[in-house]
Amino acid sequence: MACIEARGVRKAYGATRALDGVDLRLEEGRILGLIGPNGAGKTTALNAILGLTPYQGELKVLGRDPWTERDKLMREVSFIADVAVLPRWIRVWQVLDLLQGIHPRFDRAKAEGFLAKTTIQRKSKVRELSKGMVAQLHLALVMAIDAKLLVLDEPTLGLDILYRKQFYDSLLNDYFDGRRTIVVTTHQVEEIQDVLTDLMFIHEGRILLSCSMEELTERYAEVLVRPEQIGAARALKPMHERQLFGQSILMFDRVERKQLATFGEVRTPSIADLFVAVMGTAGQGGAR
Amino acid sequence: MNPEANAAPENMTATPARTVTQMQTFYWSVRRELWEYRSVYVAPLAVAAVYLVAFLISSSIRLPNQMRAALADADKMKHLVVSYEFGAAAILLAAMIVQLYYCLDSLQSERRDRSILFWKSMPVSDAMTVLSKAAIPFAVLPAVGFCIVLATGLAMILWSSVVLLVHGLSPAPLFTQLSLFDNALGLLNHMLTVHILWYAPLYAWLMFVSAWSKRAALLWAVLPWFAVGIFEKIVFNTSYFAHWIQMRFVGGMNDSASTGTMGTGGESHEMAWQFWTTPGLWLGLAVAVCLLAATVRIRRSREAN
Repeated sequence: MACIEARGVRKAYGATRALDGVDLRLEEGRILGLIGPNGAGKTTALNAILGLTPYQGELKVLGRDPWTERDKLMREVSFIADVAVLPRWIRVWQVLDLLQGIHPRFDRAKAEGFLAKTTIQRKSKVRELSKGMVAQLHLALVMAIDAKLLVLDEPTLGLDILYRKQFYDSLLNDYFDGRRTIVVTTHQVEEIQDVLTDLMFIHEGRILLSCSMEELTERYAEVLVRPEQIGAARALKPMHERQLFGQSILMFDRVERKQLATFGEVRTPSIADLFVAVMGTAGQGGAR
Repeated sequence: MNPEANAAPENMTATPARTVTQMQTFYWSVRRELWEYRSVYVAPLAVAAVYLVAFLISSSIRLPNQMRAALADADKMKHLVVSYEFGAAAILLAAMIVQLYYCLDSLQSERRDRSILFWKSMPVSDAMTVLSKAAIPFAVLPAVGFCIVLATGLAMILWSSVVLLVHGLSPAPLFTQLSLFDNALGLLNHMLTVHILWYAPLYAWLMFVSAWSKRAALLWAVLPWFAVGIFEKIVFNTSYFAHWIQMRFVGGMNDSASTGTMGTGGESHEMAWQFWTTPGLWLGLAVAVCLLAATVRIRRSREAN
């Protein structure tokens, strides 16, 4: 069974089309990165998946309709939407008690174990904790829930680099087990590059690109072209070209790496660079 | 770093989910409200404490003389119970103020601090959330008010007895005049009829506004009614609407006042019958139910501010 299955999902806020016919299928056990500029529809897409917003079209998450069955869905789905959504008045012991009381898949001992590795006090109120500690607390709660799907919307926004690194490290080491599915959006693309198994670019409510990381490595290549061969390289119709320290870097889609190697050093593009290239192509209506 | 490498293949059996009943969810949701709004019990308790201290001081000084006067003139017996009525009124007023404040804030605060995104990640339906929040004005606060008024009354009467005994007077007339059991029943009836049933549409309206309005809930809750009243005054030069609002607010108190705190059987049966057959009561309850249903729908689709 697919974890998330969407067909022709649309959502409009007045005249703005936040989602303009999104199709997607995500199998279980994948880690999907949803990448897009501000206002691209990432959060709307996640909100639709989480049953926070109504939509048109067909959408099934773990076989359920998220809009009508949010409460049942949330037994198997956790999410961190943005940093700092934990209520500021609540104390750490209260939130632990509460989750133990209302969440059928919350394992308190596990949460206590994660918290023991931090300096968070049981008696503290959330408002007394630093931003990084709040993120640690929320992550500890979420990791103690035996969910099938975890959705993270900008989970590390505004955190310093130490916390950000820790966040993804513990997520991979202590949480991900190959069965769970994770969907994550972030602006710090480079941080999740090595974490992802699947990648999706979204722009103006549409999906521009959707592929697994293996496909990405097979399909796209970036070449630091030697100046004397720039003409020959351009003849192969690169999808994007940029300058770095006076050197031309050309990006190709579905061109043999062996062939490209004759122009210079070949490497797999970073997600950020690929995103800029794909966005550039989309911006010009695909003509280049 | 390959995520698959970190997989734990030896531990693939999922921990079986515990069963959480609707009742448990409701219980924890109400506890959650009490954690967030401690004023629900702190405010009436504080008023009761202040009143009690004032009563301890004043009764130590004045009560013996009052009792002597009452023993000499039976008409003055009434004066002995005034401070009990006044204390009950002060505590219930505090509870009422908390009630109104709570209703207006309950569904807006979670959007203001964006914590609605956390609450919605819990396996709790919107209906359950609204129901557990409604439980505070509809059940918890009236119960808290009832218990505190009763406890305060008992403390007052015990202290009064001690004071009277010290001055060589019998506290018996005080007990006769207060008829504790009847008053407790009357108070219970008052809480149920006035504070819960009669004001139900008021609480429901405030919760609806709290869920619906983006900010300035108080203005949205009050201004439309003013607008209608002023409109009527200007266009028809009448004030039926204002009168009706006033009746709804104060009327409840009058309608069941005789069955209320000081009611002592007899004539109150007729009044009680009148109260239960008022169409306004049943209409109000129907409106309250509709408003709460609308609140659930709004809570479902509202996003954080």
